[in-house]
Amino acid sequence: MSIAEGTRARHVPDRLQSRSGRILRSWEVLLGGIAIAIFIVNSLASPYFLDPWNLSDATFNFTEKAMIAFAMALLIIAGEIDLSVAGIIALASTAMGWAAQYEAGAAGLICIGLGVGVICGAFNGVLVTRLGLPSIVVTIGTMSLFRGISYIVLGDQAFNGYPSDFAFFGRGYVFWVISFELVLFCTFAAIYGVILHATNFGRQIYAIGNNPTAATFAGIHVARVKMILFLLTGVMSGIAAICLTARLGSTRPSIAFAWELEVVTMVVLGGVSILGGAGSILGVVIAALIMGMVTFGLGLLNVPGIVMSIFIGALLIGVIALPRLIRLSRTGRVA
Amino acid sequence: MSRFVKSREAILLAAIVALIALVETRFTGFAAPGNLARVFNDTSILIILALGQTLVILTRCIDLSQASNLALTGMVTAMLNAAHPGIPVVVLIAVAVALGLLMGAFNGLLVWKLDIPPIVVTLGTLTIYRGIIFVVSGGAWVNSHEMSAAYKAFPRADILSLPVMSWICIAVIAAFAVGVNRTALGRALYAVGGNPGAAVYTGIDVGRTRFWAFVIAGGLAGLCGYLWVSRYAVAYTDVAGGFELDIVAACVIGGISISGGLGTVTGAVLGALFLGTIKNALPVAGISPFWQMAISGAAIIVAVTFNRRRAPGRVILKEAAA
Repeated sequence: MSIAEGTRARHVPDRLQSRSGRILRSWEVLLGGIAIAIFIVNSLASPYFLDPWNLSDATFNFTEKAMIAFAMALLIIAGEIDLSVAGIIALASTAMGWAAQYEAGAAGLICIGLGVGVICGAFNGVLVTRLGLPSIVVTIGTMSLFRGISYIVLGDQAFNGYPSDFAFFGRGYVFWVISFELVLFCTFAAIYGVILHATNFGRQIYAIGNNPTAATFAGIHVARVKMILFLLTGVMSGIAAICLTARLGSTRPSIAFAWELEVVTMVVLGGVSILGGAGSILGVVIAALIMGMVTFGLGLLNVPGIVMSIFIGALLIGVIALPRLIRLSRTGRVA
Repeated sequence: MSRFVKSREAILLAAIVALIALVETRFTGFAAPGNLARVFNDTSILIILALGQTLVILTRCIDLSQASNLALTGMVTAMLNAAHPGIPVVVLIAVAVALGLLMGAFNGLLVWKLDIPPIVVTLGTLTIYRGIIFVVSGGAWVNSHEMSAAYKAFPRADILSLPVMSWICIAVIAAFAVGVNRTALGRALYAVGGNPGAAVYTGIDVGRTRFWAFVIAGGLAGLCGYLWVSRYAVAYTDVAGGFELDIVAACVIGGISISGGLGTVTGAVLGALFLGTIKNALPVAGISPFWQMAISGAAIIVAVTFNRRRAPGRVILKEAAA
């Protein structure tokens, strides 16, 4: 019989692992190995895989989702979740499309996209931190609310006619095959990596995720940190909306449908504990690469998108189940 | 009696009645018994699924794979029916329920034996089950003309002027009313959700209880798979896409606490009926159906805000305040 949480005795090792041993057994190394394996299999399976332009195209599969995933990782580590991110994209994109009808320029559209992201993030944040509501329920609600407003505005119509210089943010290339979105992705990876792993604020996020009560007594403004994280997630969703809208060049209310689940999958696959308190940005980056490569590689082999989702789902459960299965068979217990 | 009047179920019931009355003022006949029966029939599937979800949420878990489970079992029964029209409907329903149970058990085993967080497990199986539909069907649709008359007729057949679908829903509600309130498993669900640590010391196997919650939720999703596909007379890969969150929404509006251990069968039924009434009222009231998503989103937020300050319901094992 399994022992419930709260009463589980923590396993105490009789000697500490060496530093190299710890690194070798880390989640990121496991993921990195999987990523390399997928890369090799892909390049053997299709002659078109190793083409620089093809690989560059493949990055669009994950850049926008990964940008949100970075902020989502911080939020999940802090013990909250935001399922409304795709709803924010829909609303932000609709607002930009509406503004574009009135001849708004690229700069104006970007301000609107970011603004909608901030407002939506603040709305979630206030409901969770001020009213003390569970974030999973709040954001299931706001997910419908935000996307619902897009449906009210657009119905079965679409917004087109974005200014031509706006397209750069989704389709532009900075240098050779390096797209603007890829640069943005790398920049945000670095920024979030520093925030989470090298700042006071990052340590506070871990502390809150592990024990919000103790974090409060340690002088951390738990509500304020969570509020900032919801705002960040909103802003990142706004940025993703800008990139996606610019790339597609049109807005329908169904834009980015069900992305919230893909973003959460990316974060969890990246080794972030859904229970909070643990995870790294490097893991999320590798998970983004894995998901992008699986989607792209299978696409080259003419595997339909819906079948790829089986692989993603199996990967998600598999990478989490495997270490637990091994531990279960070795020691007779999961944790 | 006075306790019921103050309960959130009563408030929700009042909200539904007020909603019906409001629509009645704009469109006479909406509140007619015949029409209300149609609304109930239309909401039956959501009610059944929300009841299954309730068990899972009571134990502090969540099942996001119900809609994919439904779509897969629906597709399998439709394909079986198209290929072998001779198979009796009863057998197809048994296949649907068995398949649903199996998928629920898979979720449950991963949660029980490997201790993987339920949201991760069902997020994974949500995409896996949905993907399998495409694999078994090859992306093809099963259309109305390929289904046998008996396959389509069963949920619509009238017994005592109510369709079989409504009767199935009523039977499930009755079974839940007894099962949740009057059985050891029912009590265990509340105990596990209320305080998993203490539940262990009272001799309840937390993992096993959660497993059974997932199994039942899966079996009901399987049953709904047949009901859905035969009612709408079409099966394809994206059947009930995104419906998993509607189910959770119905539970939340019905006052089932997402942190486990709190909630009632009546609440879940009323939560589903609230969403069903809105869905049916919008076109009648002349409001574009595109409003529905925003309204249900707002309803969730209002409901959860409202349920924040509330007297505890049926607490079997209380948890010490943090």
